[in-house]
Amino acid sequence: MSSTDVLGRTEGGDLRLAGLTKRFGAFTAVDSLDLTIPQGSFFALLGASGCGKTTTLRMVSGLEDPTAGQIFLGDQDVTDAKPYRRPVNTVFQNYALFPHLDIFENVAFGLRRRGFKSVKPQVETMLELVELGHLAKRKPTQLSGGQQQRIALARALINQPQVLLLDEPLGALDLKLRRQMQIELKRIQTEVGLTFVHVTHDQEEAMTMADTIAVMNQGRIEQLGSPAELYENPATTFVANFLGQSNLIPGTVETATDDVVTVSAYGRRLTLDAGRCRSVSGKVILGVRPEKVQLAAAEADVPSGRNVLSGTVSDTSFIGVSTQYLVKLPSGEELSVFEQNTGREIQRPGAEVFVYWDPSQGFGLDGDQDIEAGAALDEEGAA
Amino acid sequence: MSTSLLDKADPPAQQAPPEERRQRRNLTPWVLLLPGLLWLVLFFLVPILTSVSASVQTGNFDDGFKLTWHWANFVDAVKPYWRQYLHSGIFSVATTVLCLALGYPVAYFIAFKGGKWKSLLMALVIVPSFTSFLIRTIAWKTILADNGSVVRVLNDLHILTVTSKLGITVGTHVLASPGAVVCGMVYNFLPFMILPLYTSLEKIDPRLLEAGNDLYCSTFQTWRRITLPLSMPGVIGGTLLTFIPAVGDYVNAQLLGNASTGVVGQSIENLFLRKTDGYPVGSAMSVIMMVGTLVLVMMYIRKAGTEDLI
Ligand SMILES: Nc1ncnc2c1ncn2[C@@H]1O[C@H](COP(=O)(O)OP(=O)(O)OP(=O)(O)O)[C@@H](O)[C@H]1O
Ligand SMILES: [Mg+2]
Repeated sequence: MSSTDVLGRTEGGDLRLAGLTKRFGAFTAVDSLDLTIPQGSFFALLGASGCGKTTTLRMVSGLEDPTAGQIFLGDQDVTDAKPYRRPVNTVFQNYALFPHLDIFENVAFGLRRRGFKSVKPQVETMLELVELGHLAKRKPTQLSGGQQQRIALARALINQPQVLLLDEPLGALDLKLRRQMQIELKRIQTEVGLTFVHVTHDQEEAMTMADTIAVMNQGRIEQLGSPAELYENPATTFVANFLGQSNLIPGTVETATDDVVTVSAYGRRLTLDAGRCRSVSGKVILGVRPEKVQLAAAEADVPSGRNVLSGTVSDTSFIGVSTQYLVKLPSGEELSVFEQNTGREIQRPGAEVFVYWDPSQGFGLDGDQDIEAGAALDEEGAA
Repeated sequence: MSTSLLDKADPPAQQAPPEERRQRRNLTPWVLLLPGLLWLVLFFLVPILTSVSASVQTGNFDDGFKLTWHWANFVDAVKPYWRQYLHSGIFSVATTVLCLALGYPVAYFIAFKGGKWKSLLMALVIVPSFTSFLIRTIAWKTILADNGSVVRVLNDLHILTVTSKLGITVGTHVLASPGAVVCGMVYNFLPFMILPLYTSLEKIDPRLLEAGNDLYCSTFQTWRRITLPLSMPGVIGGTLLTFIPAVGDYVNAQLLGNASTGVVGQSIENLFLRKTDGYPVGSAMSVIMMVGTLVLVMMYIRKAGTEDLI
């Protein structure tokens, strides 16, 4: 589908980044990014602070010149196009509302610059959408942080750009408003069918909203896929730790067939699906999500065909809907276990237990990486 | 424990009663204001009242001046001097406009492109003011002298032919012409324009300009829609700081002008220093200039202020 809009541009097409690189002096902020974002998709760029998310968006919007690489919108190369000529708008991380204009004029700004004569209906609709119609006459400084953020969103959205870049647009909102705006954003995106590139370091936000997530780390894309794909089949320890929590167990491949890989770890033999194992020889890291792991008081209680490790409960937190355990293995490492509240007996700290999981729930990663990568960052981001 | 606390506390008898203490505290701001107030009364209020009163007196230096409420002084202060008022007005407006036109790009450049050189560049703008106003103005006599290179180049390019036709210069000279007076004034007042402009331009968050760029503004449009409105406080401050002293300036007219470029300041000086009975009319002229400038400035601020200054 292709149509011509007021600026005479042809709409339609994917956003494609090819070898996009940005260096500040010797420091590489964005490292040879190759990425295709399909038209009309909700794409989340997820990563810890300083990994180059904003820099990537700035290059797409034209505010930063790439050191190398190209940007395509559809089949058009926009790498060297001026920012004001790109059918791309940004919701800035710092809002950047114009302090000398009232809210109405801030929202109307883009339309006016493009020569629209009557802007009132659109602006009013937009202000209603972000539920701030009553503040139209105020100046930006008279708004709370969250309100400013919503105005920044309205100011960009009203232009119906081909691609809307959102740089942590919900960062300043409280949890309730944040959830509400997430649903609202998703609804708007589905309704108008624009391509949204949403930058965030909140993994939950990325998972609930996006069709596709790219996990970024130090200027590179670590992994790209649907939220479920990334969660179930992380490709690196960074993704496994950054996106939710993972128990990562270092081991060595003993045997590998087309279906099953057997790994020895902590003196036990553990198995996993060959299809979910990214390394089938030598050192390997076996991962399993805490909610996939269960506890048993005796090895006899463990159903057959499971991976089993023994340990001692070192911490128990009862949350209500679930109980979170930390189980210390004889080697000193701790595994975390989330057990649904199904009425089972709660294990107290000090209890000798067996942890077990279905082999099909585990995933295997290349053993030559930092097992802690991304773990601390996630806590930082969540805090 | 409780005894030690009591020991440390002042004996109640030594504390001033609460009302007295409150009163003393209320007086503090006044005490702090006193030197400033005294200064204003002595050097601002008294001279103003003196000249206002002098403007309706009659007499001369030999017999003394008497307050006779002689309002006709104001007629004498306007009628023979309308040319001087006109010159003062034209010169100061021209100076202000030229200072703005020259100063804005300079301030803009330093604020947005100056980078680490910002402070140095601003110092360069101000440093010439460390020399005496008079010396700098006299230096312009040399710069614009008939045998100087400036005049030669201007003549070679036949620019002076045009400007002389427009009445800005006289014949093949620059000195002793309205153009020279305005040159001197622009030079002398330019820093007063650049400083407030720079201050307000420097405060503008460059991210706002990026937002403008993102929202379909070309570089010029960004300047027109965002930079200019946000720098209006600087424009207003700068034009006032230039216009107000320029209206009263007469050194430039004296040193760089000719007999037909007289400004009000020169006439007042003449009346004060070179005529025995000129005091009342000279005072009346001062009062007219003060009130006139005040009214103009108020109107200007009123007009400019409607655009909500930040
Ligand atoms: N103009 C610049 N000059 C030098 N280094 C820069 C510049 N802009 C960004 N950087 C560096 O590039 C890296 C990526 O910055 P960027 O702003 O893209 O991070 P981010 O992923 O958006 O982080 P955050 O989540 O904190 O917003 C950072 O290490 C930052 O210090
Ligand atoms: Mg950022």
